[in-house]
Amino acid sequence: MTAPLLVLGSADWLALLMQFMMLSLLSVGGAISTSPDMHRFLVQEHHYLSQVQFSESIALAQAAPGPNVLFVALMGWHVGMNTGSFSAAVLGVAITMGGILLPSTILTYNAARLAHRNRDLRAVRAFKLGMAPVVIALMFATSWILGSAAGRMDDWPLWLLAVISALVLWRTRLHILWVLAAGAVLGWLQLV
Amino acid sequence: MTAPATANALRQPRSPSELFISFTLLALQGFGGVVAIVQRELVERKQWLTQDEFLEDWAVAQVMPGPNVVNLSMMIGGRHFGLRGAIAALAGMLLVPLLLVLCLALLHARIGDHPGVAGAFRGMAAAAAGMFAASALRLSAALARNPMPLAWCVALALMVFVLVALLRVPLLHVLPIAGACACVLCYRRLRS
Repeated sequence: MTAPLLVLGSADWLALLMQFMMLSLLSVGGAISTSPDMHRFLVQEHHYLSQVQFSESIALAQAAPGPNVLFVALMGWHVGMNTGSFSAAVLGVAITMGGILLPSTILTYNAARLAHRNRDLRAVRAFKLGMAPVVIALMFATSWILGSAAGRMDDWPLWLLAVISALVLWRTRLHILWVLAAGAVLGWLQLV
Repeated sequence: MTAPATANALRQPRSPSELFISFTLLALQGFGGVVAIVQRELVERKQWLTQDEFLEDWAVAQVMPGPNVVNLSMMIGGRHFGLRGAIAALAGMLLVPLLLVLCLALLHARIGDHPGVAGAFRGMAAAAAGMFAASALRLSAALARNPMPLAWCVALALMVFVLVALLRVPLLHVLPIAGACACVLCYRRLRS
């Protein structure tokens, strides 16, 4: 699957910025919770990214040090690179990262002081507890989309790897890096 | 667990640039989870804040939209030097890891055509898919203590998963409605 060739005008970049700013305000439970919607927007609707580029962005950010939100920068990078220019890639990073971070950080910075005083307010607790099932569902959705983007439905070794990774990480305290490394080695040897 | 320091025994970061450097070093140690490292470094070793202050900030960081670790570092920076401190901590968390991950992306663009490398990324993406499922399963354990009955939680999570992952409904249409319903239900049950 090859990367798409894009021609993006300023209206497209603006729409991309708006999309990520909107997702920023919806990113309760982290930026990764909104990745299913990023997939819908970037891969399915606009074909800005290939399936492979989408999955690789998340996989690479997981394997690199630093906060996981950097997968967003990689998506912006790929969008820009798909237009064929290095400067567009830098613009892509600025737009996706600025979009996903600015609204939420401005909101949090200003709300933090309020929250200290109202820590035990029933509304705050209700929000936190009420959102829990929604965040769990979005994490499963992320997993599902990443799994189905990585391979076809009949690609059983890949699905088996995903399921075993999930069980190992759920049930043991093994470090994430070991599981990612095992996946990388199996993939390198073309076993999955 | 060390005994929490009392407020007057706390140390202070000397300047925003010290915040920047400390958070850069923290971010670079974090593979798939910076939070545990932030807690150990800032509360136990540097003693910039007490365990209680940390938990308070962490609760707010989780409730607000945006990446948890980004929100947390911003709030800790803001406690000490206001807006300048918040920006310094935020830049520390993101800047160097961002440059690093973009270097990896450039490297990947050079060697990505190699079948082994492509396979390794496929395997890593599958392992990452398993990882997100494991996170969701871990979070699910806490639903037993949720004020909403478990059946409601499961029904709500299933509904959100089907809408977002399978039917690809935009998150903007799903999250506010599902979230509002859940929060209202929670709020009413917290009364007892």
